[in-house]
Amino acid sequence: MQIPAPFDYVRATSVDDALELLSRHGAESRVVAGGHSLLPMMKLRLSRPEWLIDINDLYELDFILRDGDKLRVGALTRHTTLLESAEVAGLFPIVRDAESVIADPIVRNRGTIGGSLCQADPAEDLSTVCDVLGAEAVIRGPGGERILTMADFHRGPYETAAGPDELLCELRFPVRSRSGSAYEKVERRVGDWAVGAAGASVTLAGDGTIADAAVGLTALGLDHTVAEAGAVLRGQRPAEELFVEAGRLAAAACDPVDDQRGPVDYKRHLADELTRRVLRLACTRAIQTQEG
Amino acid sequence: MQINMTVNGNEVTNDIEPRVLLVHYVREVLGLTGTHWGCDTSNCGTCVVLMDGQPVKSCTVLAAMAAGHDIRTVEGLAAGGTLDPVQQGFMEEHGLQCGFCTPGMMLTARALLDKNPHPDDTEIRQAISGQICRCTGYATIVRSVHWAAAHPAGADAAATVDAVLDGTDNAVPDIATELVETEVKA
Repeated sequence: MQIPAPFDYVRATSVDDALELLSRHGAESRVVAGGHSLLPMMKLRLSRPEWLIDINDLYELDFILRDGDKLRVGALTRHTTLLESAEVAGLFPIVRDAESVIADPIVRNRGTIGGSLCQADPAEDLSTVCDVLGAEAVIRGPGGERILTMADFHRGPYETAAGPDELLCELRFPVRSRSGSAYEKVERRVGDWAVGAAGASVTLAGDGTIADAAVGLTALGLDHTVAEAGAVLRGQRPAEELFVEAGRLAAAACDPVDDQRGPVDYKRHLADELTRRVLRLACTRAIQTQEG
Repeated sequence: MQINMTVNGNEVTNDIEPRVLLVHYVREVLGLTGTHWGCDTSNCGTCVVLMDGQPVKSCTVLAAMAAGHDIRTVEGLAAGGTLDPVQQGFMEEHGLQCGFCTPGMMLTARALLDKNPHPDDTEIRQAISGQICRCTGYATIVRSVHWAAAHPAGADAAATVDAVLDGTDNAVPDIATELVETEVKA
C-alpha cells in the first residue's frame, strides 16, 4: 500500500491566500492542483512536503478568455476543458492534438495546464506546445507579477523559474492570423509517457511564404525549440523538401537517452519523422486558415 | 482533520489524517468496498468513482481534496432498488468476467452516457481507455454500454435489485435453458 508521509493540509481560498500560505511555508510546502504527478511522488516518498496547499477552490484560475491578440488560459484549467474547447481548437489545433494524448480521459478530468508545466517532466507535452506557440507564463509572488517567455520559465527537467513562494497563475498565447499548428506523439499505450513527440507552429506571410515557424520535441532530450529548424523554415515556401530538411535538423539537435521505451537511434528517427509530419499538418492548417 | 462530503446522496463527516486517499476512505472508513483498490498508481482505473459527476481515480485523490464534493460510488448506481441501465447492460451483454474492473467501468460508462447518450464504439473505447480489464473483456464491455444507451430506462423499469438477484425478474431473458440445450447437442 502506497501512503504519503504525514503532512498538514490546507485549502487556499484565493490567489492572495495561496501566496500568503506559500510565503509562510515556502520550501516545506507544495501546491496541489490535479495531483496526478505530485500524489504518486508523495506515495513513493520521492516528495515529502510538510504542507500541502490545495488550490482546487481557486476558480478564478480556471478560465479561457480571448483578450485582444492574446488567448489567456488560467493555470487551473483542466486538460478536459482544454481538449473540449472549440475556441482553443480553432486558434491552436496543436492544443487539441496534444490534449487528446495526454494521460487518459479520467486523469485529464483532474490534471491542469499549470500543474503540467510546473511539474516540467521531460516527457510532458504541454511545455512543448506552449514553447512552439510562443506562450508567456504569468507568475505571481510576494514581489508582484512576473511575465516570462517559455524559454525563461522552463529551465529543464523538473525545474521552472517559479520560486517556492510563487504561483503560476496564467498562460498567454499570442493569436496570429494565417497560422497553423500540430502535435504528434508516439506512445506504447494510452496513458504512458511519450517515447517521443513533436510539435510545430507555422505562420504564413501574405505571399504564402513562412513568416515564422517553431518546432519543439518532447521526451527527446531537448528543453527548448529546435532553433536550426525555425531558421531554415523562415522565408521559404512550404514544401516537402523543406520539411525533410527541418526533420534532419531536429534529429541532429535532439539528445535522447536509451531506455525501456526505445534506443537512441529509434528516438532520433522519431524526431525526424514526427517533425516532418507536424510541419506538413501545421502548414496545411495555416493555408486552410488563410483560405477560410 | 474533519471532512464532510456527500457520498451516494448521504452527508458523511469523519475525522481523518490528511494523507488518507479517497479510495481508502471510501472502502475502510465508509465500508463501501464496491470501489476496488488496484494498481495504486492511477493506471488501472478500478478505483474510479464519480466526483461531481466526473470519473476520477480515487487512489490519486486525497479524501481531504474530495471534501465538500459530491461522490458517487458503484453502490450509488442502483436507485430506489432499481438497477441502473448500465448495470443491467453489463448483465445482459456479459460485461464482466472476474468483476474486478467492473465498478470503475460502470461508473465511467454512467458518466459517459450522462454527457453523450448515444456514443459510438470509438467514443466508448476512448472513455474507458484509462481502465484495464485483465480478463480482456473489452468487446463485451463496449456492448454493455451500447445496451445501456439503447435502454435509457432499463429493460424493465420495475426490475428491482432483489428480483434480479433471486432470478424472479424479467429483465434478463432466461438464457440458461438455451445454454443447457446447446451443451446437450454438443
